[in-house]
Order: sequence, then structure tokens, then C-alpha cells
Amino acid sequence: MVKMGTWVRIHRILLAPADRAENLPEDTRKVPFELWVKGFLTADAEIGEAVEIRTVTGRTEHGTLETVEPSYRHDFGVFVPELQEIDRIVLSTLYGERR
Amino acid sequence: MKRDDSYAAVLRRKNEIMKTSVGIDYSRYETGSIGFDYERMMEDTGYDLARIRDIQKKHGVGSTPLKELSNMTALVRRIAAQKKGARIFIKDEAQNDSGSFKARRASIACHRAKELGFAGVIAATSGNYGAAVASQAAKYGLKCIVIQECYDGRGVGQPEIIEKARACEAYGAEVVQLSVGPELFYTFLSLLETTGYFNASLYTPFGVAGVETLGAELVEDCLAATGRLPDCVVVTNAGGGNLTGTARGILKTTKTHVPIVAASVNLKGLHMASDHDFNRKSFTTGHTGFGMPFMTNPDRSDVPRSAARPLRYADRYVTVNQGEVFFVTEALTILEGIERGPAGNVSLAAALSLARTMDEDQVIVVQETEYTGAGKHHQAQLSFARSHGVEIRFGNPEEEIPGKSIILPERVDLIRAVDLDLDKIRVSSIKNQVKDHTRIERSDFAYLVAETNATADFVRRALTDLGVAWEE
Repeated sequence: MVKMGTWVRIHRILLAPADRAENLPEDTRKVPFELWVKGFLTADAEIGEAVEIRTVTGRTEHGTLETVEPSYRHDFGVFVPELQEIDRIVLSTLYGERR
Repeated sequence: MKRDDSYAAVLRRKNEIMKTSVGIDYSRYETGSIGFDYERMMEDTGYDLARIRDIQKKHGVGSTPLKELSNMTALVRRIAAQKKGARIFIKDEAQNDSGSFKARRASIACHRAKELGFAGVIAATSGNYGAAVASQAAKYGLKCIVIQECYDGRGVGQPEIIEKARACEAYGAEVVQLSVGPELFYTFLSLLETTGYFNASLYTPFGVAGVETLGAELVEDCLAATGRLPDCVVVTNAGGGNLTGTARGILKTTKTHVPIVAASVNLKGLHMASDHDFNRKSFTTGHTGFGMPFMTNPDRSDVPRSAARPLRYADRYVTVNQGEVFFVTEALTILEGIERGPAGNVSLAAALSLARTMDEDQVIVVQETEYTGAGKHHQAQLSFARSHGVEIRFGNPEEEIPGKSIILPERVDLIRAVDLDLDKIRVSSIKNQVKDHTRIERSDFAYLVAETNATADFVRRALTDLGVAWEE
């Protein structure tokens, strides 16, 4: 069980595919229009349940409880060998091959 | 009676929501059948250049260093003809609080919001502007909501946008993240209406006036460093506010014409509202997907009349490819010892190409940089593109197909900025503005001349071709 007051992320479908704006590309029309937002749980709940949260601006939002104490996992990606080749190209162009 | 919050009902209330949330009655500036009084709208911001400088100085914005990129200049001279290769300078806008020139826009928007007594600000942005508004809002003690288009239909987020969400949340903002689609505007309007916060749009006069200091500073910095005015200023162009503000600031500082070149990353063929294409582009801004439509139709923004009107000020518009910008971003790191974000280096990539054909005693100014880091870094972006099946290889960048390949130049001389036909863009702009009209008024004619920065003859020809009657 996730305790009231825990920092969480919720998810909600704002528009089902059929209700989406007109003139969308085919691929976008096939998927719903979705929202994610973070806040403090207003009551004890389980993951996957419909919940309410209070955001940092004091708004109340509702949706499905998705993540407990969400964190950032973005990084610098995997090794990209081309970057070292760029270094070789610009350094040799500027300073010559025998640097 | 309960307010109807359906998609259609909220969009129907657009004008009244806008009027309340930016504190500007745009109808006051309308003239003729299609025109409006742009200069009067800009003057009514109530802040002159000196006042804006003062506000920004007190809030961690502006007075960024103009740095000479001596090694980049030397690199260009290796591939240039004799006596060619202009000196390249860069305005290091990453030094603003929050790490980009967008702080200049956010500082004035937040100042205005505070002055008008709003409790908070809202901005719809997936880019640096979100972090900028969140940072400035923190200084003013304003609440802040940033709305991002962030995830595709599989729930995969663009790493650059996720990093921006982190920055916004670090500065105390609430971040509302959405999947791909123009319905973001609906969420934006709904939040403005329910919170009563200020619309910190990028396109209000406050936002654009905030960039005028950048134009003024670069003229002063360039004179101090070289004893001459820039022979060319290159500006990364998306929504047009960066270019408009910079150009207006330059015009307010020198009477001599300083040529302005707009530069965007070429994303031809990718649809901006496509869920599939969303994570196959490596640039979330500074690209033609915003640059072209906003240049030919600036009023497609989130306010009725945009203060960003780049066609009025651009002397040239060039594109570079994604591979060229990544290459130049790495070159800047290894040659000059500064790491900056790729999107801010669009103008630098263009400048490398432009400097090559300029004389060696001339000066080219690249007017921005942005911070980099996890998610934003060019390695993060190249890695993300490759994981989405985008081919990355060396070759001739001309062969790049946006969304399918990123072609890194195999030689420095293959970096080529490609000119777009500004006259074609002018005709598109006129076509958009006179849409649904068979006749326009005298004031409209003068307005179109100013809007397109063209001759009266050019506008006459375009109107004749479009079958629209006019008065002069």
C-alpha cells in the first residue's frame, strides 16, 4: 500500500482516439491523448488504482496511480564512436595529421 | 451552472481566456481588414530597453560574454580560399540563469505577471523556455506550471524534454506532461482558466522585448572586442522571437544595417503532430518544423497577435542538417573547450559555412548558446536516435533524410548552409494574411509591406497574382 502524502506520478487519458482533434496524422489518431503529472497522494492507495493528488502548485488532479517516488533516469546515452571520429577530423584539419 | 470543460467548449472560450491571462486586449491594435499596429503593441509593453536591462540585471539575466572562437575561425580558414574566413564570435547565452537566452523572455513575462498581481504563471513549452520561466518564477515567488509535449504513444519520452522537466521541477514548477498532439492547446487553455494564472507565452510583447537586450549587448560587445559592427549575425530560428527581439535590439542600438541570417535545422518530411515521427527527430526546437510555419504565419501561436515576426527582420534564411549541427557541437567541445547544447548550436553550424565565404577581416556573430547535460547532450541525442532505428554515418550531409538518417560530414568543407528562397516565403505570408479576402484596405497594404520586409511593387505583384484588390 502507498501511504497518503507520498510523492507519486499519475496518468490519465484526456481524449480517447475517437475524441481527438481533426486533421491529425493517421498514427496520432490511433492513440489516445494522455497526461502525466506528479504530486502528493491525498489518501492511501494501491498502484493501478484511481487516485487524487495535490500538485506543488496546490491543484488537485486525478488519474491512475502509476509510479511511487518517481526519479529521473535520463543520461548521456550509450557510447557513440562517431564522436571520436569527429574529434580526429577537426583536430587533423586544424593542426595536421602529425599532431 | 457548471462550466462546460469539453474540448470544443474550452476552445470556443479561447479569446476570452487569452484576454484575461495576458492582460492585453489585442482587439485594440487591429486595423483595416487584416492588419494590426505592431509597433504600438510593442510600445505598450511599457518597458524600454534601459528598464528591461535593469529588470534582467537584478534577476540573473543578460550581460553574457561574447567569446571569440579563435580555433573555430582557424578551422574555417583551413578550408577557405585565401583571405577568406571571418572571425567567429559567440554570445554565450548559456551563462544566463537557467542556461539559455530564454531567460531574457521569461524575466520580462514573470516581471509583468508579478506587476499585474497574478499568483502564478503558465507556459506551454517542451524546451528551454520552461526552465527559464520556472527559474524566474522562483525569483518572483510566483507559482509556475509548465506544460510539455513529452511522450509518444508508447510512453517513450524525448530525453531532452525529460531533462527540461527535471530542471523545471528543480526550480519548483509543476510539470504537466502530455503525449503528442496539438490538443496540448486545450490543456493549456483549461489550466489558464482554472488557475487564473498569467499566460507567460513566448509570443507576447513582453517575451519578445526581453530579447532586445541581447541584440543591444551583442552590438556593444562586438564594437568593444573588434572595433567594428558585426558583418553578420546568425540567429537560430523556430517561433521567431529570438530573431525578432535580437533584430529590434540591434536596430535600437545602431543606425547601420546589420545583416541578420535566420538558421534552422532541416526537418523536411517529418510531421510535427505525428506520434511516430516525434522521437525520430533529434531537435525539439530550432528546426524548420516551427521555423517555416511561424515565418509564413506568425499568428498561429498561442496569442491572437504574435510579437515574434521574423520575416520583418531576416535578410536571409538558411538551413543546416542535423548531422552538421551534431558535428559542430562536438567540434566546439574539442576545439574551444566548451560543452554546449546542440539546439543552440544550429546558428553556429550555419556560421561555419557562412564565415568561409566572408573576408578574414569581417566578423560573424553567433548570438546564442544553451546549456547541455544528461538528455540534452549530443551523445544522448545520437544514442537515442540510433535506438529508434535512425542511421548514423559519415558522408555528405546533403544525403541526410530527417527521421531516417543523420549524416555527419566526413570533411569540414562539407558543412553547407543552404539558402531558402525568402521571396517564396514572403508570397506565402501574404497568401496566409489575405486568406478569405478579395479586397484589403489602404492600411493593410502598408502592413503587408512591413510584414514581408519587401518593396511595394513586390506586394502589388503578389496581390495581383492572388486576385486580391487593394488601396494605396
